[in-house]
Amino acid sequence: MPVLSRSASFVAGARDTVPMIVGAAPFGLIFGALVATTPLATWHGQLMSLTVFAGSSQFIAAGLFATGVGYAVLWATTLIVNLRHMLYAANLLPHVRHLSLRWRAMLGFLLTDETFAVTSSHFHRQPDDPMGHWYFLGSGLSMYLNWQIWTLAGLLFGAAFPRLQTLGLDFAMVATFIAIIVPQMARMPWAIATVVAGASAYLCHGLPYKLGLLVAVTLGIAAGMLALHARRRDGGRASPGATRNDALDAGTADDRAGLRSQETSAGGAQ
Amino acid sequence: MNYVLAILGMATVTFAVKAGIFVLGDRVRFPEWLREALSFVPVTVLTAIIVPMTLAPHGNGLELTWRNPQLVAALVAIAVCAATRHQLLTIGAGLAVFFTWQLGVLA
Repeated sequence: MPVLSRSASFVAGARDTVPMIVGAAPFGLIFGALVATTPLATWHGQLMSLTVFAGSSQFIAAGLFATGVGYAVLWATTLIVNLRHMLYAANLLPHVRHLSLRWRAMLGFLLTDETFAVTSSHFHRQPDDPMGHWYFLGSGLSMYLNWQIWTLAGLLFGAAFPRLQTLGLDFAMVATFIAIIVPQMARMPWAIATVVAGASAYLCHGLPYKLGLLVAVTLGIAAGMLALHARRRDGGRASPGATRNDALDAGTADDRAGLRSQETSAGGAQ
Repeated sequence: MNYVLAILGMATVTFAVKAGIFVLGDRVRFPEWLREALSFVPVTVLTAIIVPMTLAPHGNGLELTWRNPQLVAALVAIAVCAATRHQLLTIGAGLAVFFTWQLGVLA
């Protein structure tokens, strides 16, 4: 494939992100409208979109502000909800580690589920693209501008119609998350983690300050890890003909493939 | 609570999580168990967010009934997604059922 110029790479990144931009628009709108149901001032909502720029943690923060929590729970929840970005960053690191510190910091700030999905797929097609960081920037910056515009629209709309939430527009988030979760349940350990997290989230949703979310995620990850490792041990026993090391290696390679496919399919809504 | 401080704290935490690994660059090496654990984060977090919204949309007790539009539409979305693996179709079908239920069937 020919190497594009900086601006052509930037535009290509933005263009490939257009479906995600359309998908994220209603969430920006809903987030902005949700702010009207919290004690936050309207401009606090825009400040959050400008500085935090992480959709699901902004939604949860709006909920936490509405119930009234302390700094520690808010920040710990933000940390947990955003942890998945570390996985994205680890996946993309080989393609950015040669860049200057300023570039790496900027691309890190712009990293979202959507931009990860688009950019990792680009690097899958062109692993050695020397203009890949411009593509990444085009995707990230277009998502950022889009998020600001729809947050503002939602803030203005929410201030005018404070009972918007009762229409149930937040179901759009449920539907989008389902579209991300279900394909990842194709492999058993991830399916088990999902079911355990969902059941725990329901059982713990009475806990104060949405601590149930943290409990559910911890239990879900623990269950998934147990399932992954139990299967690996079974794989070792199930092939008595092979030497112990061979069997273990085979099991590990299979699970690594699973892990990679989980990483690359982790894209979707914010 | 000082909301500006709360939001800037969120921004700092988020930036550290998103950009930390990029900024550290070659100095960071993930142990295998941590990579595995992190791979479960997307499904568990997203599920833990939506299950209470779907099963108990009013926050006070289980609503396992066909009169719960969130539940009906979520089940349809799960079925569509499992059958087609198509993201936009899943979202569209879920929203269509949700609003049909909310505005049509239950109205």
